[in-house]
Order: sequence, then C-alpha cells, then structure tokens
Amino acid sequence: MAYTSSLHCRECGNEYPIAPSHVCEWCFGPLEVTYDYDAISRSISREKIKDGPLSMWRYADLLPVSADNAVDIGTGMTPLLKADNLGRELGIDQLWIKNDAVNPTYSFKDRVVSVAVTKALEFGFDTLACASTGNLAGAVAAHGAKANMRTLVFIPSDLEAGKVIGAAIYGPTVVAVDGNYDDVNRLCSELADANESWAFVNINMRPYYSEGSKTLGYEVAEQLGWKAPDHAVVPIASGSLFTKIWKGMNEFASLGLIDDVRTKMHGAQADGCSPVAQAFADNQLHVKPVVPNTIAKSLAIGNPADAYYTLKITREAEGSTVGSTPDPEIIEGIKLLAQTEGIFTETAGGVVISNLKKLARAGRFQKGESVVAFITGNGLKTIEAVAQEAHPINIKATVSSFEEFVQLESRVGTKAASS
Amino acid sequence: MSEVPAARRGQINRRGVCTQVAVRRVRLTFEGDLITDPVIYQLGKDFNIVTNIRRAEVHADVGWVVLELDGAEAEIDMALAWAAGKGVRVDLVTGDVIEG
Repeated sequence: MAYTSSLHCRECGNEYPIAPSHVCEWCFGPLEVTYDYDAISRSISREKIKDGPLSMWRYADLLPVSADNAVDIGTGMTPLLKADNLGRELGIDQLWIKNDAVNPTYSFKDRVVSVAVTKALEFGFDTLACASTGNLAGAVAAHGAKANMRTLVFIPSDLEAGKVIGAAIYGPTVVAVDGNYDDVNRLCSELADANESWAFVNINMRPYYSEGSKTLGYEVAEQLGWKAPDHAVVPIASGSLFTKIWKGMNEFASLGLIDDVRTKMHGAQADGCSPVAQAFADNQLHVKPVVPNTIAKSLAIGNPADAYYTLKITREAEGSTVGSTPDPEIIEGIKLLAQTEGIFTETAGGVVISNLKKLARAGRFQKGESVVAFITGNGLKTIEAVAQEAHPINIKATVSSFEEFVQLESRVGTKAASS
Repeated sequence: MSEVPAARRGQINRRGVCTQVAVRRVRLTFEGDLITDPVIYQLGKDFNIVTNIRRAEVHADVGWVVLELDGAEAEIDMALAWAAGKGVRVDLVTGDVIEG
C-alpha cells in the first residue's frame, strides 16, 4: 500500500488530493507528494528492506504507489563499485561508482518511469506520453509496452538514429517534431494541457515520477553499509535527480535507518548548459534560463524545473557545490572512466567524471572520505560523441601483415623508451 | 476527459470573429534596465489580455514574475512576442518539459 495522503505545493504549502496534477492552482508552484511518515516508520526496517526484491521496489514503503501492481522490468539495485583505479588517478582513496547505466533501458530513467507508469495505471489512464531527446523516450516506450498502454513519444526531428530506434523498438507512436528545442518544449506543454486523458510522465505525473529517483539515494546508503556518503557527485539536468537523492538519504535518516546525513552534494553540468552552476557561482537561488549547446544532450535543459530546490540544498548541505566543464573535458571524462574502471558511460557520465576530477584537483575530498559518483546512462547511447576516438589498425588477412603492425608497435615502444 | 479543456475555448471578439481563447501560465525574467520598465502594465494596456501575477521576486540585477495571461490566443502570442522583443525572457512556468 502507498503511505500517501495528499499532494502539497512546495511554495505555498496548499494541499490537494492525490490526483494527476503537478501545479498549484494558487501560486503555480510545483506539487509534491505528502507521506504519512509515522505509518511508514511502523512498517519499514533494515530487515524488511533486505528481505525485499532485488530491485528498486524493495523501498516500496517510501514510494507513492502500491507495489502490488508495480510495472517493473527489473529496475534498480544496480552495482555500487569501488573505483580504485580511477581513485588512484584522481587522488581519491574512497571512490565509488554507482553504475545506474545497467538498468533495463540503460539509464536511471527506468526508476522514475516505473513509478509514473504504475501510478498512471492506478489513476486509470490508458495512454502514456513524454517529450525526450533520448533516455526518457526509451524508458517510457519500454514501460508502456510492459503495461500494455498506448504510448506516444515526442522527439526532435533531428534526433540521432540510435536514440530513435532505442525507443521505437518497443512499439510506441514516435512523433518527430520539426523545430528547435523551444518549439518542441512549447508544443508538448500545449499537448499536455489539451489532452488530460494522457499520462504525460514528467508533466501531470511529475509529483509521482520524480519520487522514483529517491531509490538511488536509498540504494547507495544501503550498499555503503547503511550510511550516507561524505560526498555525492550528481549530474544536473532539471535538478530533480539531485534533490531526490538528497531527499531519499534524509528520509532514511529521519526513519532511523541511517545516521544523520552530512553528505556534501556536488552538482555537475556542462559549460554549454550550466544555468544552475552559473546561479551557484553568482550566489543566486534562481537561474537565468539558457539555450543549451553541449554534447551532453541528456543534461541539456535550459530552464530547469528544480533548479531553485537544487540550489537551496547546496546552501543546506554545507560544502556542496555546482560546477561545469567544457565538452572536450566531458569526452576525456568518458574515456577516463572507461579506461580505468571498464565502464562506458554516456556524455552525462562524462560530465560527472570531469567535474569529479575538477573537485579532486580543488582539494574538495579529504583522505578517508567516501565519494560516490553517479553514472546515470550507458555510453552506447551517445556513441557519436566519442566516434573520433576509434582508430582501428587495418591489416591484410596475413600473418606478415600482422607482424608488420607488431614491429611498428615495437619501434614506437623503443622510441618512447629511448626519448 | 474528451471535453475541450477550459484553457482553450472559443470566444466572439468585438469584431464578431470567433477566436481561440486561452489561459497561459508563463514566467518572465527581466535583467538590467528592463527591471524598471513597466512591462506588465504595458502587456495589459497595449494588448487585449488580462495579466494576473501569482509570484515574483526582484533583485538589483535580475527579477522574475510568474503570471497568468487570459485572452485570445493570438493576442497572447503577440503580447509575449512583444515582451521577448524587448529582451524579456519568456518561459513555461513549469520549466522545460523535454528531458534527456
């Protein structure tokens, strides 16, 4: 059962019944789910969680839906890996990678969509929709197929073929919209307003959808031995993931499952879309929206819905930061993670690793402090960003041709050794 | 659920022409000298729309206002295009809906 009683406005506090809505009618602030934490505290325990399914649904008591009818394609309980090689490279002795790129559709979006689709069915919707440049489209299409719902995915018409196929294979109606980023945004907002019979996962289902990200915070705390990390490095697009990881860890603490959270939260953006990093640098709580221009397309949200709440957390959690890095460093970050830890991440992961490197160089991490870097998507999704890194050596199908290559390598090695 | 939503309905204007009427929620961001311009007053005076402020914050170098605009859809479009032309940033009140 879901321990939810209402929705409330994050700005003015007005309460609303549990329904498919996302904006306060009074002040237009965003709505969030209200939980009955007293009831949850009587139900939840470390033992109960450990005996639960090996998926995000082991934390069902803290999600705004009933787990009995969860639309689950095997999401969550992704590996938390000790990253000693990368740690040595960066001078971090307790570095961990939360590899959420191994979810069913290869990104963390499966967590939020699993909750949103489960709730959509509870509300009686039969149509799912989203607007996406990649990861969300795949996750919605896959969960729509599993839930046997009519599914509409809106994408920009210039989206890379791999991403279109990654959603289309699940059988949704894929609508490619001509126009720039702002055009697609506006059209989808209008369509969501005009089609109340659709469950638009990140619009009218947003209060429920966004709660799915909390499970990343729960998992990391459980996998670290029931404690929050000293540092978390998290990619920022809308800011929702950042705020929900923080919320998840603090819910665990308030329920007595872990000690107080003293995590320093570090947000990571690309220079080409860094409204939150810019506001942080200017010591502001409100961002100036930007037009995105970066290879990190999964983080390219020019007007982030949760920027204000992200920036508030950076003030609440002393020592937190939000930074950004340029595209060439993002590619170096992708390569560094792949070549030290064997994990191929998409550009958002490159943003995380390049910002992690920047933080390490700035001396943000003390010896013995645990640092968790959140990798949220698989590298095969953004292969075009690193296509120039592949330089196969072409040989003829003969041993002599191969040996010619080996001699070449040997000469290079000798030259390097003697120089 | 198949009804035409309240946010988009027909209306006969003063010239007897049926127009699409809309309620639109937007966030306007002002920077620099624009902070002292009476932009919202002009929106209501120069265009046939009703402006309804719901939240706002103004600092020395930047200010924003969340407001509801009620009027013919084409009139709202013209009003927002005029504001954007003056250098005011016009955004959806809920932030971007397209995600990665």
